[in-house]
Amino acid sequence: MKFGVVVFPGSNCDHDAFHVLHDVLGQPAEWIWHESTDIIGLDAVILPGGFAYGDYLRTGAIASHSPVMGAVKKFAARGGLVLGICNGFQILLEAGLLPGAMLRNRRLKFLCRFVHLRVEATDTPFSSACQMGQVLKFPIAHMEGNYFAEPATLKELEANHQVVFRYATPGGEVVDDEETNPNGALDNIAGITNRERNVLGLMPHPERASEPLLGSTDGLALFRSLVDSLVAR
Amino acid sequence: MAAMGQVVVTADVVAQHGLTAEEYKRIKQILGREPTFTELGIFSVMWSEHCSYKSSKVHLKRLPTTGPQVLQGPGENAGVVDIGDGLAAVFKIESHNHPSFVEPFQGAATGVGGILRDIFTMGARPIAILDALRFGLPEDPKSRSIAEGVVGGIAFYGNCIGVPTVGGDAYFEGEPSGYARNPLVNALALGVAPKEKIFYARARGVGNPVIYVGAKTGRDGIHGASLLASAEFDEASQRKRPNVQIGDPFLEKLLLEALLEALDTGAIVGLQDMGAAGLTCSTCEMAARGGTGVEIELQRVPQREEGMTPYEIMLSESQERMLVVAEKGREQEVLNTFNKWGLDAVIIGQVTGDGRLRVRHRGEVVAEIPARPLADECPVYERPLAPPSPRSEKLVEFASADTAARDLRENFLRLLAAPTLACKRWIYQQYDHTVRTNTVLLPGQGDAAVLRLKGTRRGLALTVDGSGRYCYLDPRRGARLAVAEAARNLVAVGARPWAVTDCLNFGNPEKPEIMRQFSEVIDGVAEACRVFNTPVTGGNVSFYNETQGKPIYPTPVIGMLGVLEDIERRIPGGFQKPGSTIVLLGGTPGTPDSVRRIFSSSEYARVICGVVAGEPPAIDLEYEKRVHGCCLELMGRGYVLAAHDLAEGGLLVALAEACFAAANRVGAVVTLAGSLPLEAVCFGEEPSRLLLEVDENHLADLLRVARQYQVEARQLGWTTAGEFRVHFHGTLVLEEDVVRLAEAWRTGPGRPMGGVTT
Repeated sequence: MKFGVVVFPGSNCDHDAFHVLHDVLGQPAEWIWHESTDIIGLDAVILPGGFAYGDYLRTGAIASHSPVMGAVKKFAARGGLVLGICNGFQILLEAGLLPGAMLRNRRLKFLCRFVHLRVEATDTPFSSACQMGQVLKFPIAHMEGNYFAEPATLKELEANHQVVFRYATPGGEVVDDEETNPNGALDNIAGITNRERNVLGLMPHPERASEPLLGSTDGLALFRSLVDSLVAR
Repeated sequence: MAAMGQVVVTADVVAQHGLTAEEYKRIKQILGREPTFTELGIFSVMWSEHCSYKSSKVHLKRLPTTGPQVLQGPGENAGVVDIGDGLAAVFKIESHNHPSFVEPFQGAATGVGGILRDIFTMGARPIAILDALRFGLPEDPKSRSIAEGVVGGIAFYGNCIGVPTVGGDAYFEGEPSGYARNPLVNALALGVAPKEKIFYARARGVGNPVIYVGAKTGRDGIHGASLLASAEFDEASQRKRPNVQIGDPFLEKLLLEALLEALDTGAIVGLQDMGAAGLTCSTCEMAARGGTGVEIELQRVPQREEGMTPYEIMLSESQERMLVVAEKGREQEVLNTFNKWGLDAVIIGQVTGDGRLRVRHRGEVVAEIPARPLADECPVYERPLAPPSPRSEKLVEFASADTAARDLRENFLRLLAAPTLACKRWIYQQYDHTVRTNTVLLPGQGDAAVLRLKGTRRGLALTVDGSGRYCYLDPRRGARLAVAEAARNLVAVGARPWAVTDCLNFGNPEKPEIMRQFSEVIDGVAEACRVFNTPVTGGNVSFYNETQGKPIYPTPVIGMLGVLEDIERRIPGGFQKPGSTIVLLGGTPGTPDSVRRIFSSSEYARVICGVVAGEPPAIDLEYEKRVHGCCLELMGRGYVLAAHDLAEGGLLVALAEACFAAANRVGAVVTLAGSLPLEAVCFGEEPSRLLLEVDENHLADLLRVARQYQVEARQLGWTTAGEFRVHFHGTLVLEEDVVRLAEAWRTGPGRPMGGVTT
């Protein structure tokens, strides 16, 4: 089993994801440079947070056309596991690997704070170690995390149970107030998977919530799910 | 040579460059001839107040700068201290006040970019940013827009480059602070590296290639250091907007990664950031420090615009650029690394043995100046000092005991909602403070930011402190108080105070009154740093913080670094649970003789009474140090569950803050006594005091330890499940639910600022 962490110019959570995989979970991991055109010998790929290529166009838009994203698409098509966190999620949306788009946060400001997520699906390789309805505490740190999809897409997402995480209260209630759903995401959507369930994007940062010193270890549920799923393969 | 300068150097031209006749004479002596126009430009930036410290040098010498922990004191890109486990901390604070007034967003953004470059050019990866901000009152639309722009700019830069902004402070003050038309934006950055991997800004090895890396050079920021940072503001200052640089955090992120990778090749022998005074400063300072010369060809400098003159190229302050000296024969390794990250990297010259800065343009020499005199021999001024002119002596009138008790609740709520004291979440949640996964105490969770050091048990704590109002009323005492508070904040989180970087923000040094403030502040900082064994390893002096002749409060901002040997022993600032004992550690018993005068300098006096007068509280530095020692000992024994320093707003505000920082609903019941008026007991500001939350069964031992340290300690009361009650001489004077108090505190200035305050 081997993980890869993509490094785009401007990625800034690449070290953090690598640290959790390699140092906290003791899993083999390697870097994938953004100019790579093929992904070989890896089982799961992480698109980390940051500002890929500066994000000076639309978030994720430039990165979605990078050489490595061609490779990631092929990798995903082969059934490889792809996890996009924050900017990684935005890139997956722009690349068409996940449906929908990101708008600016409802107050138009960058937001960094802890949020709570309710687990909405456990039949994915990214959430298999979670319980349905379990509440996870992760930090967010983004300017564009206000998920949007047109009604038809949203209907499809729901019909196929592709919503994996929703912003919720610490008690697990999904309510659309600013404290609970700070960026204003449609239907409190924080993380979705594709139909095939091998690609997941989420805005909050599980890699920042995987050690007791950091105030939450809930992120481990996600990474352990990944490891378990790969072991089971 | 004279043929090169298209502009003839006349007395007028010299004056426009901000150089005095005396300074010009010195330039001619150094050169042995008249300077060319390019040379004049070079001298004018290097000898500007901002770059040369010509007014402050004689005073800065009085600061303690050495100690066993100091690996590099002032004079480099940043200070370096030994923090144990083979690691070095590299840190420095710098101002970007003038640009932030002219263009708040970009001014603040490039302030962050500049200080980060100072850190990583020493070979250390930046791991934290803190900001000390001083604005006018939010009711003033201009101040509000400056505050929003500055916060946005800091967020833009820090978030994108991926260095967490983990702490800082923000004051909002009306007149006579001067902050409304001259805000202060001081940014501190911290980096960490193995001790042996620290790099210095020295041009070594004759024949070694000098490599330009990073952004292309444009016409932006020309004379930023000399004309913007080294002169007062007037109505025409907005016309200086083109002198403000534009930041590109993405480019700097590439520069950071490429540079750290390039340093690992071992092919780099020295490097320096191109910050203020750009190519000029980096070339001559590296040569001066290395005892060498540098020769460059401007035609090779990557340029963003066409037709730039040598003068413009040498003086441009385009951001995100750096100068690297590589080992001859290994330059390709360096160039390859930068190219991999998509950056310009061009050999523009070489190190020479003649001690001269030689600048060519298309082969022709356009400037040739002895490097060391240019960098180090600017005339130094011992400017005259004079006592301050008389100011308001309208002191606070204490209310009668009955009135004070009746108005206590309302005044308390007003104080909690005052912008300087109110919750700063609207600011810090715009900053990514969790990236890099080292932030252990987040903003709002402790008196100082606490970061872990991966791969060790250690942690670092960081704080910035400095009350301009105190220094305005008594510069020397205010400075002592600022250092003491910084140290106390570190102690409150369980860290040992280790070293200081300071940003000294003042008005026009040519005014004897300002110079006297400066001199006294230096004395105060020096005295306190000596007592706490926290040497000053670097920093920045920012003069000319005046608009239309009105100076700011003299504002030294003390950035202090602390070390935690065991990160597990960090102490939070918020109460942990109901039913604990609350202890007031430190302080002095009895009645100060001048309670009215001292209370008149408090936040309460300003917010509630509209008074800024009197004098700040006196401080016994030796006593303060004993309080620190005692507190750390109590923490080491495991008695302390939470600790919070008493600062602006005094005892009740500190008590409320410790409740607000609790993870769950926790309140407090306290009994106050003493012969002072109620307002002074509740809101009086006095140094050397901390609130401690302890388990009752440790109380007796705690009091015994305190006695050994000859430090006051007494039980104030208990934590509760949410009630907040204050008794004074046996009478209940305040009763409120902590949720209601928190509401006042949280909705303070955030809403008008358009921030999210929930």
